[in-house]
Amino acid sequence: MTEHAIDARGARTTWHLAEEEDHDHGGNGATVLGFWIYLMSDALIFASLFAMFGVVSTSYAGGPVPREIFDLKLVALNTAFLLASSITFGEAMPHMEAGRVGPTRFWLAITGLLGLAFVGVELYEFSHLIAEGAGPQRSAFLSAFFTLVGTHGAHVTVGLIWIAASLIQLGQHGLIQPMKRRLICLSMFWHFLDIIWIGVFTFVYLYGVIR
Amino acid sequence: MSDSLLKSVFGRLTWESFPFHEPILLTTFIVVSLLGLGIVGAVTKYRLWGYLWGEWFTSVDHKKIGIMYIILGIIMLLRGFSDALMMRAQQAVAFGANEGYLPAHHYDQIFTAHGTIMIFFVAIPLVVGIINFVMPLQIGARDVAFPFLNNLSFWLTAAGAVLVMISLFVGEFARTGWLSYAPLAELAYSPDTGVDYYLWSLQIAGVGTTLSAINMVATIIKMRAPGMTMMKMPVFCWTALCSNVLAIAIFPALTAAFFLLMLDRYVGTNFFTNELGGAPMMYWNMVWIWGHPEVYVLVLPAFGIYSEITATFSGKPLFGYSSMVYATVVITILSYLVWLHHFFTMGAGPTVNSFFGIATMVISIPTGAKIFNWLFTMYKGDIRFELPMWWVVAFMLTFTVGGMTGVLLAIPPADFVFHNSLFLVAHFHNVIIGGVVFALFAGMTYWFPKAFGFKLDEFWGKVAFWGWVIGYWIAWTPIYVVGLMGEPRRVHHFDDTSIQPYFVIAAIGALIILVGILGFVMSIVMGFVKRKQLADTTGDPWNGRTLEWSTSSPPPEYNFAITPVVHDLDAWYDMKARGYERPKEGFRPIHMPRNTGSGVILAGLALALGFGMVWYMWWLAALSFAGLLVVAVGHTFNLKRDYFIPEDEVTRTESERRQLLAAGA
Repeated sequence: MTEHAIDARGARTTWHLAEEEDHDHGGNGATVLGFWIYLMSDALIFASLFAMFGVVSTSYAGGPVPREIFDLKLVALNTAFLLASSITFGEAMPHMEAGRVGPTRFWLAITGLLGLAFVGVELYEFSHLIAEGAGPQRSAFLSAFFTLVGTHGAHVTVGLIWIAASLIQLGQHGLIQPMKRRLICLSMFWHFLDIIWIGVFTFVYLYGVIR
Repeated sequence: MSDSLLKSVFGRLTWESFPFHEPILLTTFIVVSLLGLGIVGAVTKYRLWGYLWGEWFTSVDHKKIGIMYIILGIIMLLRGFSDALMMRAQQAVAFGANEGYLPAHHYDQIFTAHGTIMIFFVAIPLVVGIINFVMPLQIGARDVAFPFLNNLSFWLTAAGAVLVMISLFVGEFARTGWLSYAPLAELAYSPDTGVDYYLWSLQIAGVGTTLSAINMVATIIKMRAPGMTMMKMPVFCWTALCSNVLAIAIFPALTAAFFLLMLDRYVGTNFFTNELGGAPMMYWNMVWIWGHPEVYVLVLPAFGIYSEITATFSGKPLFGYSSMVYATVVITILSYLVWLHHFFTMGAGPTVNSFFGIATMVISIPTGAKIFNWLFTMYKGDIRFELPMWWVVAFMLTFTVGGMTGVLLAIPPADFVFHNSLFLVAHFHNVIIGGVVFALFAGMTYWFPKAFGFKLDEFWGKVAFWGWVIGYWIAWTPIYVVGLMGEPRRVHHFDDTSIQPYFVIAAIGALIILVGILGFVMSIVMGFVKRKQLADTTGDPWNGRTLEWSTSSPPPEYNFAITPVVHDLDAWYDMKARGYERPKEGFRPIHMPRNTGSGVILAGLALALGFGMVWYMWWLAALSFAGLLVVAVGHTFNLKRDYFIPEDEVTRTESERRQLLAAGA
């Protein structure tokens, strides 16, 4: 917000700004703030799902337990995909700041491919589990597992659609201001999903296997 | 056509889904259809579709969106109140041998629909509507931070309301109570469409509410006029800020709970079932983590409305402004820490129950501080008892009683007796009617001239006031009494005929409230008829104190031709006191957002998705989901979202406004 030094009880009171910038209805700052707030509310959805998982994480109902069904090597590979995609997104951002469209699109595309690999591996893991009889209907533990991990995966998928749309729009418009603003939001979204995944990897997979 | 083809097209929708055999529903359906046809016919006849679409449905103007929210809320109030009248009529007669006129399965739908509609589609739209209209004007902004999202939020809320209304005539609504507790709401116990209607309508509307809350917070943080520091912000904006922060913090829990229940019902997971390790009480926890703060989401803006009105009509700055702000913030935080008091009987043990009991009682301290602040604002004030002020006084008397019964309920051992009794029902109607509803009427009466340029008719406004206040006390005092005697809620028939008089009195009270509701509708109608006489040419009909009163009534599309600079808490009062003069020149083109139809289309698709999912019409659900994706992504390809109002148009509007002012003075 523009602060103006105003003498509160001065002799000449300013009622209006002499020079008014064409304020863009809150401007970029409002979009980024709004997106942050959205991410926080999304974090609370994940918090609820984590809480649900926490409550039923040992409610196996006589069904499979984490040790039997989690393939840590596969999950480690997947984690590497997602963490690497955060790095590649990080590579894209300085290029975006500098207004270099080509490298921005290149790194964004790499990020998208890594994300795609992540979703692909997750779908493979899910189908494998379901084929083994460890589907989401089997026990409350598995319901919560599939929902928490799947909700994260759905978010990554949304991110992939967003990346695809951005690649096209970057081709159409180049790095104009609205595109920069959107990419900043997209990068926050992408890194946010990384943070959520670290929680999933730790509390669902690692903790699940050791206990 | 073969059965399987029919099934794949219509899912589980059959002729039996339409309530032809229920005379009450059929009559309602015919009346509603005729009314709807009449409205559609009139709009077509007067060629208003283009106007409605171009000026209202697609509008991104916060003032118009606010008004549309309020219209939605009032329409749904009529529906929700019809449910209330039917319940009171049933409970007034269903004693002993008389089974009443409503079959039990219908009665259960009515009490569920009443609660759901009154909270989600009456209270929320009315509160959000008033915030939408008033807040940007109070902070000296031209719009909200995300004008398109604002339009989308409204239409998502409306889509949820339409889905609830559809359930009246196609299939049935939930019979599980307004929060649809698991495991009753699971497929095993509620196999028909009711709970699905409930879940989809609230989920769609909930997205709208969350987006709207994010929008309002970003607006308040980022778009205040220069000079308006946080502690110079009108109290209503503070309460709107806290209420929306709270909404952002709680709606995710509800969304998650509903999402998990949906998975249980559609996918066959076991979150809240009784089998395979499900944890039904987790559903209770999650919905009440939303549910208790939700009443504060509603009542905080209500407190803001009372604060603005008390200051204006006492001709004094609000007493204890900063304590009011701190009290609001404290209530916001505490409200998040009390949800378990809704199920002390869960058996969490004395330690947990004491924590939540004490936390609940502590809330009465900041709330009490607020009551004293309003009283001290009035003390030695130059009080003008205009209609909004009447509502404030009625609120203070009514709400205080509700607050005290709330403290009674917060005592865990006492709650074991009161749990699920009519005493509880009387308590929350006491605080919601006395706190939120009275504020909404006060606020609508107060800001109506700002929105439309004329005041509401005073005689009918008084009818509305007395109808609500007298009606409230007559309807709910007997319910308190029978509740204290141990009568449970949601009962369709009573064996003990000795308590019938209480329910007859309550039914009479409900009829008096009906007079109040009709009185309010009449005050709008008669206000419109007498709009010349009741016109507000000054823009400041109540001698107001905050910036919205510095604009004309109704304000121009851009609100402020030149953004004002704020020096004082009561900015407009300060401007008037120090000889502020309206600018005559120096106008510049104004940058404004462009209208868009995307919000209506997205909400329509969300409605189709919900309907398809409720009836298992998978093709419809899949198509509309794909449509949602395409339209949402497609919308981002449209970068032409703004335009400029040319300078001469601003100059012309402003000079007309000055002439009107001069004529009025």
